[in-house]
Amino acid sequence: MDMTLNSLGRKVPLELPGVGSFAPYMSPFSMLGQPGTIQGTQMHMRRPAPARSKVVENIEKAVELSGLKDGMTISFHHHLRNGDAVIPMVLDVLQKMGFKGLTLAPSSIPDVHDCIADYIRSGLINRLYTSGVRGELGKLLSRGELNIPVVIRSHGGRARAIEEGSISIDVAFLAAPACDPLGNITGSIGPSACGSLGYAMTDARHARHVVAITDNLVKYPLNPRISIPQYLVDSIVCVDSLGDPKKIATGAARITRNPVDLKIARDSFRLMKSSGIVEPGFSFQMGVGGASLAVAKYLEDYMKEKGIRGSFGLGGVGGYMAGMLEEGLFDAVFDVQSFDSAVTKSMQEDPRHIEIDASWYANPFNAGCIVHNLDCVILAALEVDTDFNVNVLTGNDGVLRGASGGHQDTAAGAKLSIVVAPSFRGGVPSIKERVTTVTTPGETVDAIVTERGICINPRREDLLGSALKSGLSIVDITALKKEVEKLTGIPRPAEFNYDKVAAVVEYRDGTLIDTVYARKS
Amino acid sequence: MILLNTASAGTLESSDCLVTVSPAEKLKLEYKGANSEVFAERTMQLVESVSKKCCLSGAEISIQDQGALEITIKARLETALIRAVKGVAKE
Repeated sequence: MDMTLNSLGRKVPLELPGVGSFAPYMSPFSMLGQPGTIQGTQMHMRRPAPARSKVVENIEKAVELSGLKDGMTISFHHHLRNGDAVIPMVLDVLQKMGFKGLTLAPSSIPDVHDCIADYIRSGLINRLYTSGVRGELGKLLSRGELNIPVVIRSHGGRARAIEEGSISIDVAFLAAPACDPLGNITGSIGPSACGSLGYAMTDARHARHVVAITDNLVKYPLNPRISIPQYLVDSIVCVDSLGDPKKIATGAARITRNPVDLKIARDSFRLMKSSGIVEPGFSFQMGVGGASLAVAKYLEDYMKEKGIRGSFGLGGVGGYMAGMLEEGLFDAVFDVQSFDSAVTKSMQEDPRHIEIDASWYANPFNAGCIVHNLDCVILAALEVDTDFNVNVLTGNDGVLRGASGGHQDTAAGAKLSIVVAPSFRGGVPSIKERVTTVTTPGETVDAIVTERGICINPRREDLLGSALKSGLSIVDITALKKEVEKLTGIPRPAEFNYDKVAAVVEYRDGTLIDTVYARKS
Repeated sequence: MILLNTASAGTLESSDCLVTVSPAEKLKLEYKGANSEVFAERTMQLVESVSKKCCLSGAEISIQDQGALEITIKARLETALIRAVKGVAKE
């Protein structure tokens, strides 16, 4: 394989047989600021006879109508999270129908779908484009069992790849929590309600053929909300259930009681405050668990106390963000993906809770995505390094076990991007000399907050100045790394088989930021 | 130091480890847990240095590491060895 070094000193391939050619990563905005346009994917025109219903008997029939053939590309969305039963249901049918060599290009893969590993072994799937991989599937890929390397993309990067044609979806199978007989779809109503259908909206718009799968066929017209319009949907299949509602829309995540996470959250908030960014009109994205979510508690108290009203919240929206909208702490919330049942209600009842598609959220190659308007984002990490690079994809053993998600998109877009991480986890330090895999470049990370102090990127002297003035506990990242290693010892880096590329990691602009090799067996 | 019987120290709680030591002619380490790969050398060195300090002739040592810090493993190992010498089988 022809490899080159990118600007971060990572070896990346120039060409992946069976996938295409790639440019190496240069810098966060090296592909932006260009005049003119580039030709994107063409629209797929259809000419069906007028009909009053698109409902077909079963998945087999819908697949036949779709014209799916061996070697084509299919997609799914992951809005049903770990409650999803649609991906296994459809793959099982495709397997029984005898398909081979399909490319699976879902928006991401829920943790529970270890079955995909079996469909790779059986030959049903031979290529995979996704945001993340975990569990058995991650282990299989890290053993190098898939011949063609997986392409890992961020949420914004995937939207870009679909719109430019790097991912050409032949058939999108879209789980639809509410659907009418002509294919108007929303995710915010029904027994399997999941909130926003942001990722599915992008697939529906660009797939050659769209199959809606629903357990809740409603009378025409679906109302009051339509997320995906009927003119994008070719056929509809009714099934008993899309999955387990308890796992689709979990209870609202609570603020952590873990004192380490709370200290990290409090210090992150203090850093935000010291930077002067928490002002009227402020915009914010946070995670939905651990220290990242806990930042919202400190932020909420402060905004209330000072009477600060923000502009918008963005996400990955959980119940906490929906609550802040309800309290009037933000003018609006943009929601590409919802995380719990409280959100579904907010989206249904509050017009300021705005459902957005993946491209609107984070695609760097459209006329303006929302992450570029973010003031502050709080992000988690599996590991970081002394150059502030972040890894959210591979574990200490080098095995694929995470997802790129919106990490690199929001880090690049936000004025202040804060990564929160305990200084060690399970006895292993979080700060490395070099992260195993770069998913988010250090150039886009402004600070790393740990319970043992705040590390500020040397590129942000202004932030360092304001933090010191506010009396925050600032520590040099290399010094902190040494301090933690005194407690834990120095871990041995994972060993890889450098002849076998298991995955490539795209940056949001389509350049390659890193390569994940199979583990040494 | 000569071990008289099998003894253990520690727990299987996260961030702790369970160390079990038994009399044996030579030093033998079985290191298990999620970190057994990344910390294989570090833990071997730790066991060797504790053994040397205690003039331990031989022992069969098993460490189930639940993500413990180095200092925790050291303390659990020393305690297990003291118990094995005193003849206290367990807590």
